[in-house]
Amino acid sequence: MTQDWPQIRTAGFDGFLVSFGDSLSEPANRAALAFRAAVARAGWDGILDTSTSLVSAYLQFDPHWRDHAAMRAALETLLGERDWYAADLPEGRSLWRVPTVYGTDIAPQLAEAAAAAGMSVQEAITSISETRVRVQTIGFAPGQPYLGTLSSAWDIPRQTALTDKVPEGALTVAIRQLVLFSVSTPTGWRHIGQTAFRLFRPDAEVPFVLRPGDEVLFEPTDAETLHNMRAAGPDGGAVREDIA
Amino acid sequence: MSRLLTIRRAGPGMTVQDMGREGYLSFGLSRGGAADRQALYEGAALLAQDPAMAAIEMAGMGGEFEADTDLRIALTGAPMRAGIDGTAIAWNASHFLPKGARLSIGAADEGVYGYLHVGGGIATPERLGGRSAHLAAGLGNALGAGDTLEIGADRNAEAPSMCLPPDPRFDGGPVRLVPSLQTSFFAQAELDRFETTTFQRDARGNRMGVRILPEGDGFHSEAGLSVLSEVIVPGDVQITGDGTPFVLLAECQTTGGYPRIGAVLPADLPRVAQARPGVALRFSFVTLEEAVAIDARLRAHLINLSAAVRPLTRDPADIRNLLSYQLISGVTAGDDLEL
Repeated sequence: MTQDWPQIRTAGFDGFLVSFGDSLSEPANRAALAFRAAVARAGWDGILDTSTSLVSAYLQFDPHWRDHAAMRAALETLLGERDWYAADLPEGRSLWRVPTVYGTDIAPQLAEAAAAAGMSVQEAITSISETRVRVQTIGFAPGQPYLGTLSSAWDIPRQTALTDKVPEGALTVAIRQLVLFSVSTPTGWRHIGQTAFRLFRPDAEVPFVLRPGDEVLFEPTDAETLHNMRAAGPDGGAVREDIA
Repeated sequence: MSRLLTIRRAGPGMTVQDMGREGYLSFGLSRGGAADRQALYEGAALLAQDPAMAAIEMAGMGGEFEADTDLRIALTGAPMRAGIDGTAIAWNASHFLPKGARLSIGAADEGVYGYLHVGGGIATPERLGGRSAHLAAGLGNALGAGDTLEIGADRNAEAPSMCLPPDPRFDGGPVRLVPSLQTSFFAQAELDRFETTTFQRDARGNRMGVRILPEGDGFHSEAGLSVLSEVIVPGDVQITGDGTPFVLLAECQTTGGYPRIGAVLPADLPRVAQARPGVALRFSFVTLEEAVAIDARLRAHLINLSAAVRPLTRDPADIRNLLSYQLISGVTAGDDLEL
């Protein structure tokens, strides 16, 4: 890492962002996850909430309780305690196998995305479905994962125009990442697959299913099978196992 | 015994709101809660109860309500025309709503979000530690005719009607912001221009955020559109692909890829949320130190609200509180309130 990182910046009136890089890398992602966990463990007074983005840890605090200078000093001290880029992934991770219909009329942008990546449709399905991707962060919408990293062929831009709406459970691709949508929303990411996996279950014991560090395989299935799995429950046929 | 408020008629953007949910940012769920949080404090001061209690938020248009019990209510936020059984009642005030009487709330005279508070608070079941609807997350629904809402026990049921001096924030005007993590992506000339530009609240906007149209050219950052997705918080001013700013509000997403030019202070965010389409807004940067001082004044103001409430006098509604058993049947139909 260069001397420019990590960086501490204020985020709005009552937040700090500790960033471990300006582009996505595996060590920076692990550093962000580990640093946020350390802030939560530290149990400082006046912390209102914490989260991570791809390469940063965010904390919201009460500046009347602990002023900006004191908060920054505490963060600097914590940063100096170890090499965060060498941090391990979170403990208790899961591997999810998620049945996915690639393409067809329910995921209409597979051919377009494959072409952008310089692949045939079949090559694209093989490439995506055989890559064990990791949850790099949860964000944008409740329980919604950013997953990566795909091979460099998938370094394709987002669309300039937004798709009006992708449905919940949509698997989308851009910039070597997948996003699996937890809500129905407009997006610039291309819709290449469809799952029946519910990521946000507000009334369940575990309302948010995926955690950063979890890994996912999007295994091909057909529309009829997916339809039956959807009827069977919120997992939509997805199966979880522990990562040893 | 349960106490119920029945909605007889509802405008399109009516939801239950409270202070939102803390602690779920890392799961992608933004805090949400009332678009104009200050109004929740005002309602709580008027009813002498906890500001954390849930109220009904009405976007631009009210509705008609009826309770199966005697009830205290308070009206705050964007001033709307309101009446009980046809008799006009004051905004920024608390009132006695007798069992079975019809509370009518019409269109907002100015601003967007009006609030109906009840003594004891709206006591719908909590989900993830809150009662507020978070429509973007699929939590809760907009309220509609025929819905009934549970009301909590009112520990001050006998308290007299009170009023608060209005705190205008419904016609746009000056908005203060602090530099934030991506402000340095913008050249100083762009930041200067941002401060001297008059913006108009666009028609596009909701509880997630509002688009603001600059007079003149859009704004551009040096980083362009290649910025890595980063944390978003309410108040962030995001510059979208075509250079048009979007001010993010309570129900915003938790991450986003468009660069943020600054972050609006909590003290001024209600002014943005309450700006109607076409209303003019202007922005000025303050330092973090100034922002802390401004926020301290806001907190003091909110805490002192309960000392600022006054008995509601010289208002027919006040007299009716004493004589409500005689006046339940209104003398006018109240249709004049349904604008």
